[in-house]
This record gives sequence, C-alpha cells and structure tokens, in this order.
Amino acid sequence: MEQLIGLIFIAVLATFAGAELIGKIPPQLHTPLMSGSNAISGITIVGALLAVGASGNDKLLAILGFCAIVFGTINVVGGYLVTDRMLKMFKKKGSK
Amino acid sequence: MNSNFILISYIVSAILFILGIKRLGKVNTARQGNFLSAIGMLIAIIATLFKMDTIPLEWVLGGVLLGTIIGAVSAIRVAMTSMPEMVAIFNGFGGGASALVASAELFKYLNGKDIYLAELTKNNSDLTTTMITIVLSVIIGSLTFTGSFIAWGKLQGKISGQPITYPGQNIINLLILLGVVIAAYFFVVNPENMTAFYVILGVGLLLGVLSVIPIGGADMPVVISLLNSYSGIAAAATGFVLGNQALIVSGALVGASGIFLTNIMCKGMNRSLTNVLFSAFGKVDATKTGPQSGEEITIKEMSADNAAYTMQSAESVIIVPGYGMAVAQAQHEVRKLADELEREGVDVKFAVHPVAGRMPGHMNVLLAEANISYDKLFDMDEINDDFSGTDVALIIGANDVVNPAARHDESSPIYGMPILNVDYAKTTFVLKRSMNPGFAGISNELFAYENNYMVFGDAKATVSQFVETLKEEA
Repeated sequence: MEQLIGLIFIAVLATFAGAELIGKIPPQLHTPLMSGSNAISGITIVGALLAVGASGNDKLLAILGFCAIVFGTINVVGGYLVTDRMLKMFKKKGSK
Repeated sequence: MNSNFILISYIVSAILFILGIKRLGKVNTARQGNFLSAIGMLIAIIATLFKMDTIPLEWVLGGVLLGTIIGAVSAIRVAMTSMPEMVAIFNGFGGGASALVASAELFKYLNGKDIYLAELTKNNSDLTTTMITIVLSVIIGSLTFTGSFIAWGKLQGKISGQPITYPGQNIINLLILLGVVIAAYFFVVNPENMTAFYVILGVGLLLGVLSVIPIGGADMPVVISLLNSYSGIAAAATGFVLGNQALIVSGALVGASGIFLTNIMCKGMNRSLTNVLFSAFGKVDATKTGPQSGEEITIKEMSADNAAYTMQSAESVIIVPGYGMAVAQAQHEVRKLADELEREGVDVKFAVHPVAGRMPGHMNVLLAEANISYDKLFDMDEINDDFSGTDVALIIGANDVVNPAARHDESSPIYGMPILNVDYAKTTFVLKRSMNPGFAGISNELFAYENNYMVFGDAKATVSQFVETLKEEA
C-alpha cells in the first residue's frame, strides 16, 4: 500500500505538470508537440527491457518482451525523428 | 548497480522530459526541446540496462535494431501530408508495447509465484494492486493499439472516413464494458484464470475498433490527440504494474498533455468530448441538411484566370487552407502563389483554424514544409477581425471551418462552432473539386453567398494555374 500511494503521489504531480506545460503552447506547434510527447510515451520500452531481462529461459516471456522492445523502439525512434523533421521546417523568412 | 543511481537517472530523465516539452512550446527552442527529451529517453534506457540482472543480448539488440530500422525509415520517408497517420501509428505501437509489458508481468508471476510474491512484499506492494494495474494497462494499451490502426485506416482512406454506425451501438458498447468489468473481477481474485485474462485482452482490442469506427473524418484531430493521451495513460499504468517511477512520470505527463490538447480541439469545434465520441457526427446530419433538403442553391463560378486577376489587383488576400490542400499536396503551389502575389504588392496572410486538417496544427506543418514563414500564419482569434478589411479570402480545401451557418443556423450540426469569418471579406473564392459536401458531410451555405465564387478543379492544378496567370502578366 505504501508503495502504491507513493506512486500515485508522483502520478498526480506529473499530471498537473503535463497540463500546465501544454496550456502555454501556441496552436502552430501542436503537431510537433503531439508527436514529441508521443515519443515520450514510448518510455514503456523501459518496461520492455525489464521484461526481457527477467525472462530467464522462458521463451514466451522473452518473445513478449522482444515484441514490446520492437514496438517501443518504433515509437521512440520514429517519434523523435519525425518531430525533428517537422521542427526543422519551421522558419521565419530570411533565416533560411 | 546501485538502485539509488538508477532512481537518480530516472529523475534526470524526468527533468529532461519536462524541460523538453516546455521548450517545444516556442518555435526558436522547439528543436532543442525535442533533443533534450530524446536525451532523457536515452538516459532512462541506459539506466534500465544497469537494473537488469541479465541482459539477453540477442533479444535486446535484435529488438532495438528492428524497431530502430522500422521507426527511422518510416519517420524519414513519410510525407508531411500523411503526418496524422504517422503519429497515429507510432502511438499505436506505444500502446501495444505497454499492453505487452503488462502481459509479460502476468506470465512472470505465473512462472514463479513464490519468488514474485516475495519481491512484491519486499517492495511494499501486493498482488491485488498488481493485478488491477495489469488489467488497466492491458485494456488501455490494447485499445490504443487497435484504435490507432483504425484511425490510420480512416486517414489513409482504407476505411471509410464516414462514421460507421449500427443500431444499438452505444448499448452494445456498454454491455462490452460491463463484460470486461466482470472478467476483470474474476481475473483479479484469481490471476490464474487465463480465460478471464484473454477476455480482457480481447475486449481491449475490440474496444479500440468499436470506439473509433463511429467517428467521422473531420473529428480526427480529437481522436488522434485522445489516442495520444491513452498511450501515455497506458505507459503510466504499466509503471504502476512494475513500480517504475520513470514510466509513471512520463506516462502521466503525456496522458495529461494529451487530454488537455483534446480539450482544446473540442473547444475548436464547440463540442464536448462525449459528443465527439458517441454522436457519430455527420452521418445523421448529412441527410438533414445538404442540398437535397429541398432548397435549390445557386452558385457562381469563376475561371482560375479571372480569379487570379482579381487577386492580383487586390490589396490584401487571406488564404485559408484546409484538409483539401493536404489531400491535393498543394502546399508548395500555394507558397508560389503567395510569392507571386507579394511580388505584385499584395498583402498575403494565412488563416489557420484550430481544427483545420486531420490533427492539431496539421496546416502549420504543411505550410512550414512549403517554406512559408510562420509569422505569416495567424490563428483564428488573431485574424478573424481582419476579414472585413480584406479584399479576397481564398479558401483552399477548407469547408466546415468557414461555414457561416455555424454562426446563425441553429439547425446546422456545426451551429456554435467558432469559424473563420471569411464571408466578411469583400470577395471569397472557394477552390473545390466538385459540389460534393465536405468531409463532415455538410453542405456549406457560403457557396451561395453574393460575394462568393467557386473555382472548380483539383486544388493543386487550380493554384498552379493562378501562378501561371500571374507570371504571364508580370
């Protein structure tokens, strides 16, 4: 129980931080913001690594973890790269 | 490796994520922000490698390599017009990964219950909490996975963009939800009940499909940002399963920001989230209004040449891009048009509605791709008062966001939605392929207005015709 409440505590604070951060972002940056925050949700790759690490000799666990690593990496790598590609294009005239 | 070291690394990555999102909020610092956030991710991953007792290299390296290749190739090759689909797919993979991790945790428990329980006790946690969070993570994660793929299909045109409905839809969804609650109960009291687990997983996958198919194409900005939020919530739920702070913080950050963005999109359409999710907008309404409702509308047509001459002699032109511009890939031609007009001394601005396109900020990305300076792009609130002093409003592939019915026609399904007041301009030109109603399935009364002229044809071809005409004149 102790642990759970500690974790909820963290989640609540992070939720407020997330809402607070987005409130100040101009509409023109909404797409990169979405794909950038989307890449952050790929953090679940951390869980995927732990799952593979704990798989021992169990093939099923290893396969589940492996798929999770692939999915998570697609999310992370693709998300950051595509965001960077978009942001590169945002320019004021004259600063080409 | 010392577990304090790992926790400290997680704190550092959380700080980098927060700073990263913050910097993403300003054009000048946005790229740097994205980079900071990527560094944060790298730190979290490396710290986790130290946390693992054994690192089965073939699985870890193989997975990371395969994921990197797929992710990088699609990120580099995707056209800017297809960005909503791309984000949806990446998002789906994130949700899917969370569901997989939570499932793996269940099998870990089933493989060695005593060891697992001992570990839980050591961490001050208990089995019921773990199983409840596994259920949540599996449902939300699998829902995000299938929902994102359906959204992708709709945006690609592989699945009808029209809302798909059937009788008793909401009741059936409700029954399914009830079923999953029952299955969840049986699973939590007895985690060995695999049937219950597979019911939960199946329902999660099914819910993703069922909740996205009834949503119309024009509502996609809301769906995409909502799914984005779900993938964050799924990651946070997985964090609770594993007792992992990095997942919880990052997941909650994304979940909250996604919900917030969803809310902004809903406001842009003057509709509540429940209304977007459950009302199958457009499907029912298209039959109520639209040209077939009896009243014959007369419209005026103008040739591309004449429209170009009109713009040439105007003092100010406001260009209003919409999804049609994306479909026709006309953004580069639009840039050339703006350049030609400016060379003629015309003041050119762009008006971007918050829900124009298929994801939040979609139009800004396309216009940026075409090298249009972002200080020429104006949000609805900034530019709406300028239309009355403007000679020409040029509407390229936008429909609902410029329909004046939203201001005064209470029977219109989009009544109350904030719109760009293009009809206040002296003249409006609407570029349109044909007289079919827009993606939301609603006809537009602007077409019949006194000061409006339709220019029919493919948006890209029409705009390049404008450019040709202006060039010949020069």
